[in-house]
Amino acid sequence: MKAAPFAYVRAAGVGEAVAALSEGALVLAGGQSLVPLLNMRLVRPHTVMDVNRLDLAHLHRSGADLVLGALTRHRQVETSPLVRRDVPLLAAAMSHVGYVAVRNRGTTGGSIAHADPAAELPAVCVALDASFTVQGARGRREIPAGEFFLGPHRTALAADELLVETRVPVPPVGSGHGVAELSRRANDLAVVAVVACVAVSEGTVTYARIAVAGAAPTPIRATVAESVLLGRTPSADVIASAADAVADATDPSDDLRAPAAYRREMAVVLTRRALRQAVTS
Amino acid sequence: MKLTVTCTVNGREVRADCEPRRTLADFLRHDLGLTGVHVGCEQGACGSCTVLLDGATARSCCLLAVQVDGATVTTVEGLADNGVLGPLQEAFRSHHALQCGFCTPGMLATATELLRDNPRPTEAQIRTALSGHLCRCTGYQHIVDAVKAAADPGEPEAGEEQHRS
Ligand SMILES: Cc1cc2nc3c(=O)[nH]c(=O)nc-3n(C[C@H](O)[C@H](O)[C@H](O)COP(=O)(O)OP(=O)(O)OC[C@H]3O[C@@H](n4cnc5c(N)ncnc54)[C@H](O)[C@@H]3O)c2cc1C
Ligand code: FES
Ligand code: FES
Repeated sequence: MKAAPFAYVRAAGVGEAVAALSEGALVLAGGQSLVPLLNMRLVRPHTVMDVNRLDLAHLHRSGADLVLGALTRHRQVETSPLVRRDVPLLAAAMSHVGYVAVRNRGTTGGSIAHADPAAELPAVCVALDASFTVQGARGRREIPAGEFFLGPHRTALAADELLVETRVPVPPVGSGHGVAELSRRANDLAVVAVVACVAVSEGTVTYARIAVAGAAPTPIRATVAESVLLGRTPSADVIASAADAVADATDPSDDLRAPAAYRREMAVVLTRRALRQAVTS
Repeated sequence: MKLTVTCTVNGREVRADCEPRRTLADFLRHDLGLTGVHVGCEQGACGSCTVLLDGATARSCCLLAVQVDGATVTTVEGLADNGVLGPLQEAFRSHHALQCGFCTPGMLATATELLRDNPRPTEAQIRTALSGHLCRCTGYQHIVDAVKAAADPGEPEAGEEQHRS
């Protein structure tokens, strides 16, 4: 299908962009989710505001955090030597997002604002306690990832707020990471995906982060599973009991891609795989 | 309301007016007559509309034409040099990598980017790169063979795992 008519504006600055949002414009970033929705007429905005020329493609380290401007492209994050060194989980997770052509265009801000429950980046943000800086007419505020995702494609972002950047706390040096997912077609949107980051010191786990995508209305943090690991030796048995603890944290529903019971079971299986990768990487 | 788009397509500067809702794919096909850009799904999934935008692959169905103002676009029509097929196109021809040809322009764009970024890909890397393209005819094997044949001869480098297996 073809999109319904709309007006097009190109924002030259963040202030101007926020003003257009107050008047009901819809943000166009990488377009990898929005343009298909426009083409299928699932959204019919009166105005589309292109933010691609805003100066928000910065990617740098600031103190204990990695800072990602909203317009950093998935491919840029995936291939960045800084990201690979400081938050290799993030680089690895991005390599699972669609195809290179999609990653060349798709932006971190777009993926987070789109809030697909099966998306990798929101799950990494939840796992690592990232926070989002958003700007509205009344100024800037910070929203922790744990409070940002409210449901499928629903976030704490107000309609007149622009996501400006993401701050990801850098995990401990030497921690390992794992990404395990089930998808119908290589690199297609996951049915269920698990991301994990684990640090082991003198044989015991000192840091454990696990998040699951595609097994609840939002990405979820598996805190009980994390506490099973902490202070223990990451043996196969310990990993298996941590993974079993993930089932109770999930809240999947049946849909045309997979029944709820299958999603819950896969969350456990994929957690085991992601943890095994994390403790051996 | 129509807007004017000025961009470089296949080495030629072009200027055309179009509505904001015009996708880059439809702009290339209908406004510029570049019907080598094929449109399958209009939602980023099939890969047939893939072109090179400033040298990097992009789904032309997931971009608005007005967004490419000032950019450089290469379609399949721009891959041949004065009608002489490039090595990748020649490999597609000699390996029977196309039947109906619907998927071919997108496959070529992606394979062009792959071989530029990673001149000696492994077979797994080739398959991962092509996984974003649907082919209804060939069964893919000949396409993989063609990309392999067009790659730099020699052992794939183990180092850079550019595409996950
Ligand atoms: C074939 C295909 C496969 C894909 N596979 C995956 C996958 O495996 N995993 C995955 O996670 N994603 C996948 N995606 C989606 C992709 O990651 C998108 O890039 C992402 O969801 C949206 O980012 P975008 O920059 O393209 O945003 P857009 O499509 O431009 O926008 C998406 C939404 O976010 C809003 N928005 C964008 N930026 C901002 C901002 N800065 N502030 C406020 N609101 C904003 C827009 O208004 C819109 O509602 C796939 C897409 C395609 C086409
Ligand atoms: S038509 Fe663009 S990806 Fe299918
Ligand atoms: S050759 Fe017919 S779709 Fe690929």
